[in-house]
Amino acid sequence: MAPHWLRVERRTTLPPRVVFGVSFAAIVAALLAAGIFFKAYGVSPLRAYQLIVTGALGSKVGLAETVRRTIPLLLCGVGLTVAFRALFWNIGAEGQLLVGAMAAAGVALFVPMPDLLRLPAMFVAGFAGGAFWALIPAMLKVRLGINDVISTLMLNYVAAFVMQYLIQGPWKGPTARGFAYTDKFPASATLARIPGTPIHWPTLILGVLAAVLAYIWVTRTRQGFEIRVVGENPDAARYAGISQGKVILAVMLVSGGLAGVAGVGEAAGIHRMLLAPSKLSFGYGYTAIIVAWLARRNPLAVIGTALLFGVIMAGGDVIKVSLGLPFQLVNVFNGLILFFLIGSEIFMRYKVSIRWRRA
Amino acid sequence: MEWQSWVISTGSFMLAYGTPLLLATLGEIYAERAGVLNLGIEGMMIMGAYSAFVTAYVTQNPWIGLVVAASVGAGFSLIHAFASITLRANQVVSGLALTLLGLGLSGVLGRAWGGLPLPQTLPEITVPGLSRIPILGPMLFDGHSLLIYLTLLLVPVMWFILFKTRIGITIRAVGEDPATADSLGIHVRLVRYACVAVGGLLSGVAGGYLSVAYRPAWTEGMTAGMGWIVVALTIFAFWNPIYGMIGALLFAALYHLSFRLQPWLAPELLRALPYLFAILVLVFVSRGTLQRRMGAPAALTIPYARGEE
Repeated sequence: MAPHWLRVERRTTLPPRVVFGVSFAAIVAALLAAGIFFKAYGVSPLRAYQLIVTGALGSKVGLAETVRRTIPLLLCGVGLTVAFRALFWNIGAEGQLLVGAMAAAGVALFVPMPDLLRLPAMFVAGFAGGAFWALIPAMLKVRLGINDVISTLMLNYVAAFVMQYLIQGPWKGPTARGFAYTDKFPASATLARIPGTPIHWPTLILGVLAAVLAYIWVTRTRQGFEIRVVGENPDAARYAGISQGKVILAVMLVSGGLAGVAGVGEAAGIHRMLLAPSKLSFGYGYTAIIVAWLARRNPLAVIGTALLFGVIMAGGDVIKVSLGLPFQLVNVFNGLILFFLIGSEIFMRYKVSIRWRRA
Repeated sequence: MEWQSWVISTGSFMLAYGTPLLLATLGEIYAERAGVLNLGIEGMMIMGAYSAFVTAYVTQNPWIGLVVAASVGAGFSLIHAFASITLRANQVVSGLALTLLGLGLSGVLGRAWGGLPLPQTLPEITVPGLSRIPILGPMLFDGHSLLIYLTLLLVPVMWFILFKTRIGITIRAVGEDPATADSLGIHVRLVRYACVAVGGLLSGVAGGYLSVAYRPAWTEGMTAGMGWIVVALTIFAFWNPIYGMIGALLFAALYHLSFRLQPWLAPELLRALPYLFAILVLVFVSRGTLQRRMGAPAALTIPYARGEE
């Protein structure tokens, strides 16, 4: 097994600084590995990372772009931490986000109501839409034992095609000429932004609020405890009389709902209309999986990890423009980070140290 | 007669589109039988598609392209093997990471190759004699590439190995009860590594088939979710190569038949159907007690370490 100069012990406790340190080291290692790609493109990795950081954080425009990306990642990420706690593999935040955006757009464009109520109604519809899309796989799992990874993932594709259908067919705006998008939302259906930036602050506040409330829910309430038991030890849950089905439905209601709210933010805050799914989302729902995993399933920590990936996404834009590198590099980046993260988890289970003298 | 051409086109498409699904499903069945869930199929397939196209383009030989795709797929799968077997990382997340990495990497590397025509694609063969049989001839023996028949041949071979040989027993033992297998002197990790590599190899070939035969070109993200459909088919197949074949071919036929709905259904909604079918096939097998009887390998997704848990 291990060479004699290595000392490997099983950890009995897991102090937060170990979690933080190991996660940090994993990201640094992933960045080093990704550096090979910059090198391959003839760009010094140091310069590339410098560009990412200054591009995403060094100016008002960059910072605004970073926060804009952070908002949907935060909302989706918080929801995913909750689902992952119950070990329900929700890979469908992307589709839930799109359905949320569709529901909000429907309310914005076609439902007559007083102006004052319109935005709140859009948020409610978005939450309900995302939750509905998430409850389908949840029900399939609870009732028929259908694999959650597959059903949530497949529904992403379905949501994207339905959206494509809406903007090219029945919802296509008469003012949009030949383009495939809806009409602009009326003023009463657009979210306020911080002047001069794309930051739709009401959604940002909702995101932070969601993180705090979800944290309280999963750590301080009885149901939060049940979620943990179902996730960590389904057998024990059964003996304790915890209804696994109820827990799964609850976490997916929240997880899908929050992704739906992220969709409302993108539609009403950024684009102010419904447009092609790939232009509305940029894969936020998928990136949020990494955000949630990096947060070690702690909703409060998502505030930090979502911001980190906001920096990576905004920085990715910058290096795409200024260095002419393909945007897909961000996916490579994300894949590497994810690998190093889960690979590093062994250091959270074991303490590895170097033995200087033979025992 | 219209119904004849209809049957022929469905059957022909069933083979052409079902083959890559089948190849990757066969591989995933082996990996999962040994206890390793690999959700990276989409990533391995797209890497296979990319590398096969580039190799075939440069060497002018699609067969060399497939060989390279096989090795790239196998090599790529070893990342997942290392993470999930040696480091005992979470298999779901590791597989997702592999898919992300594959889609990203092929997108970055493939930027210069999009839209190029492939000078030499996988040859389509006509079986002399057999192709003259009415209906069945043009459906099964005319204008298909050799790889399709090789894949179909692989089904009984892989079934036989899995259920009738010592190697198969070893693989299944590792997937059902690794601790006991270990105590019998079986090298659990090695078997798992090998099965994951077989899965990667076949996924690579499946991707390669797409880019040098099925639609001979390279497009970013050209696997379009096929890798996920394979994961569903593996469950549908009850981890059995024969059922895997039935599932892949049925799925392809269903996909083709859905185009008959064209007059009634918008094209975007039509394109959503295969993904709904994937859920549907799982609903279909979830009914009844079948699944309990022939369920998943007991140690699926559970890492093994001697003397723990």
